Amino acid sequence: MYQTTYHRASSVDEAVSLFAKGTESKFLAGGQTLLPVMKQRLASPSDVIDLGKIKELQGVELSGDVLTIKAGTTYFDIMQNADVKKAIPAIAHLTSVLGDPAVRYRGTIGGSIANNDPAADYPAALLALGATVKTNKRSIAAEDFFQGLFTTALEDGEIITAVSFPVPEKAGYEKMRHPASRFALTGVFVAKTKSGEVRVAATGASQSGVMRVPAIEAALKANWSPSAIDSVTISASNLLADIHGTAEYRANLVKVMAQRAVAAAG
Amino acid sequence: MGVEGIGARVVRKEDKRFITGKGRYVDDIKLLGMTHAHFIRSPHAHAKVKGIDSSAALKMPGVVAVLTGQQIVDDKVGNLICGWAITSKDGSPMKMGAWPAMAPETVRFVGQAVAVVIADSKNLARDAAEAVVVDYEELPAVADVHAAIKSGAPQLHPEAPGNQVYDWVIGDEGATDAAFAKAANVVKLDVTNNRLAPNAMEPRAAIADYDEAEEHFTLYTTSQNPHVARLVLSAFYNIAPEHKLRVIAPDVGGGFGSKIFIYPEEMVALWASKKVGRPVKWTGDRTEAFLTDAHGRDHVTHAEMAFDANNKITGLKVKTYANFGAYMSLFSSSVPTYLYATLLSGQYNIPAIHAEVVGVYTNTTPVDAYRGAGRPEASYLIERLMETAARQLNVDPAALRRSNFITQFPHQTPVIMAYDTGDFNASLDAAMKAIDYAGFAGRKAKAKTEGKLRGIGVSCYIEACGIAPSKAVGSLGAGVGLWESAEVRVNPVGTIEILTGSHSHGQGHETTFCQLVAERLGVPISQVSIVHGDTDKVQFGMGTYGSRSAAVGLTAILKAMEKMESKAKKIAAHALEASEGDIVIENGEFKVAGTDKAIAFPMVALAAYTAHNLPEGMEPGLKESAFYDPSNFTFPAGAYICELEVDPGTGKTSFVNFVAADDFGRLINPMIVEGQVHGGLVQGIGQALLEHAIYDASGQPVTASFMDYAMPRADDVPSFNLSHTTTLCPGNPLGIKGCGEAGAIGASAAVINAITDAIGKNNLEMPATPDRVWRTIHAA
Repeated sequence: MYQTTYHRASSVDEAVSLFAKGTESKFLAGGQTLLPVMKQRLASPSDVIDLGKIKELQGVELSGDVLTIKAGTTYFDIMQNADVKKAIPAIAHLTSVLGDPAVRYRGTIGGSIANNDPAADYPAALLALGATVKTNKRSIAAEDFFQGLFTTALEDGEIITAVSFPVPEKAGYEKMRHPASRFALTGVFVAKTKSGEVRVAATGASQSGVMRVPAIEAALKANWSPSAIDSVTISASNLLADIHGTAEYRANLVKVMAQRAVAAAG
Repeated sequence: MGVEGIGARVVRKEDKRFITGKGRYVDDIKLLGMTHAHFIRSPHAHAKVKGIDSSAALKMPGVVAVLTGQQIVDDKVGNLICGWAITSKDGSPMKMGAWPAMAPETVRFVGQAVAVVIADSKNLARDAAEAVVVDYEELPAVADVHAAIKSGAPQLHPEAPGNQVYDWVIGDEGATDAAFAKAANVVKLDVTNNRLAPNAMEPRAAIADYDEAEEHFTLYTTSQNPHVARLVLSAFYNIAPEHKLRVIAPDVGGGFGSKIFIYPEEMVALWASKKVGRPVKWTGDRTEAFLTDAHGRDHVTHAEMAFDANNKITGLKVKTYANFGAYMSLFSSSVPTYLYATLLSGQYNIPAIHAEVVGVYTNTTPVDAYRGAGRPEASYLIERLMETAARQLNVDPAALRRSNFITQFPHQTPVIMAYDTGDFNASLDAAMKAIDYAGFAGRKAKAKTEGKLRGIGVSCYIEACGIAPSKAVGSLGAGVGLWESAEVRVNPVGTIEILTGSHSHGQGHETTFCQLVAERLGVPISQVSIVHGDTDKVQFGMGTYGSRSAAVGLTAILKAMEKMESKAKKIAAHALEASEGDIVIENGEFKVAGTDKAIAFPMVALAAYTAHNLPEGMEPGLKESAFYDPSNFTFPAGAYICELEVDPGTGKTSFVNFVAADDFGRLINPMIVEGQVHGGLVQGIGQALLEHAIYDASGQPVTASFMDYAMPRADDVPSFNLSHTTTLCPGNPLGIKGCGEAGAIGASAAVINAITDAIGKNNLEMPATPDRVWRTIHAA
């Protein structure tokens, strides 16, 4: 690790002002990506502003048909939370298969979506559920937030404060874990909103990051059942390929994981 | 058996310090004035080093020196050697490419060191290393064995035309060809044994401390065999004569073979310590471990097995290409030859065997012994062949094995080994019973109704452990003897120190070795301590690898104990005014048999040291040593059966059951043996399903972190069902065979045999990733 200056912010406002003072500042949430990258000397922020102790970024609220998870809430706290389990159990399940126990104790939902790793689990949930990302400046629809590999709508110095999920009628998430990293080799989140809309998002599959899967959405809109997807064909072009999964395999996984997610959603 | 004697499940003495964070590893040691080394490593798989500019680095804070490969060559530090001479079939010696500790002219794999920065702290050394400018001229590289032997392939070493290390043969080619000519059936198989990165929990580390006044070096290092390290550093690398070099291997966090070898970093640390006049520490990080710890396996093999009309094996032909990586590591030459091809008879009567092994250089990390070392490759090949044969001949795989088992012992195979004892039917029976082999068809049918493909796979392995005797291994080309030494020091108050040349880096010697003493003297193990890992304390030792420490190292302790007990009996007899022949040892007392006359062991010890009243002419003291050279290898064997399900939608494998029935001879501590088997099985399963050290065609490593290299986790493996069948090894007085590697040797074939059974396709390479299994299921 290169030398850096560490700051522990006690409020969002303080974090923003600390960020502005550094020449090349970075926000630190759970540190599950930033710290390994810094240790390998692949990142050299002048200042690291730790958001982990900011009270206003912690906690979960269920209000009517909206579940709000504050950005600094750890995966562990999310998967244990009674409101999450009650309102959107698929999110609790997604969180329980994310990384490993050490990652879940430290990592946060805000850190995950700000990083927008193409194989991260949360982006699929946000996109499929039509979530809204709240920042210290504005609200951004998930659709507009994720903009490709490791790219988001966030501006320099902008802090995610919370994610709001409309509570769906049904939702499910199934994932084939990457055998080494435990990211999603491919994961699919399916949701049926209370207004009857069907939204399906896949992570780990596309070369351009989390994506909607219109063909599966159409099939499920017509018939919400695993077998409805039987006849869908997913193209392997533009899908990721690496030593753990060919593009053809990932195309298969998009379909199979979607079927299993529907089965899990009930 | 006493409560702490042989066969008792004694809780490990050493675990208190390990699980409370009080272990003392090399990186925990800090010396006054210590500097820190950071190596500058090649990013290229093959390149000329045109120049190294360290001028900017030398001006940076805390930098003590920047040393290069040319300097280490100029100072006449020896090149790294391979210590087992192999002769090719044309009579020519193996072709050893020169391997300086840091490359002065040419780098041949990614990660090879070209220079080292010595600085006041690790971070300062790393900062300065970024300011060192190395001018490389890239050369074409080759990573794959088949590509490397093609004409026109990039050439690694001028000493090795065609990138060939050797072309070695074993067995009777004429007899084998004759068997094939008469065969009723021939079974053919191509298999790849995937390259593995060893990944001990503790990365390699070294601290070198040169004492100018005494012209003496001390090296703290992560070694499985500190005496061998000292011998090699002294005799071949010109570091210092042995009496001026002390090697200490303190607590070592796992080795799996990768810490047998002498590595460039230890040599550089020693040399640099003298050059800078301060202690030099190097602790590798995980990336360095992936790039520079000797890898394991990496064989590509074609094999054919001949059967007569009664399904009896009549012959075996094997041709293997072994990837050596860029250089010959310390024992690399022996792994695909005498540790591999000599086990190709497996558990079976095979009248004729012929094997040819071509060693090949590639621009990859050097390959050497890794848990099992040659024997997993042999066992995997034979057990995949047996399964393939059963499918081709349409007979039950267990029955085919059984009808070909060796049942008479001793048994001379056509490939050097003389199996001393065993009962292969007993272990197969135990495994089949444990897994309810007879009920499998019903379970498979039921799984099918649930949409799952269920399979069962058998693996009957045999290995040769306790590699010996010295005379025999010497005749096969080994550069060292393979015995072990021990010393028993009884203190005047009766406590006992056992000094052993074995080295524990996870095996539990501090417990099991004490159990032998407890068994013989009836003293509690709290009165006994084990001393190992320091060349200044232990007289000599060959170290721990090849499942040798109980069979060889513990027997050496037994021999020393017998000498000590003999003297103690004389002292006791003298004190009790009895005949020496009437003295028996019971519960910590020396007794006159059949009487109530007794003297406690501490009183015997005290008498030995006060020397007030010893038998006429007896030397004072109670301390004896022994060197033990076994008469033969030992032959652990067993049967593993794996039952699993494959998800046809994803190709993912889920274990249903895994049973292991091993014959290790006598068990000293069954709990520790089970732990060894668990660890070995996990490594074997890791090879079968997850692990693969991959290079791209240009020699760049693709799997140099845990984000890409899949190590098995607890939830990747099942709970194991273990049992033991026992035939005592006749080659050593305790009847021990060894248990350290068995799991890693036998497991992978059981897993692949089960998956291929489940999916109904025979050809499937390791690791059987879900993608690979899915594609195999759906292949035309």
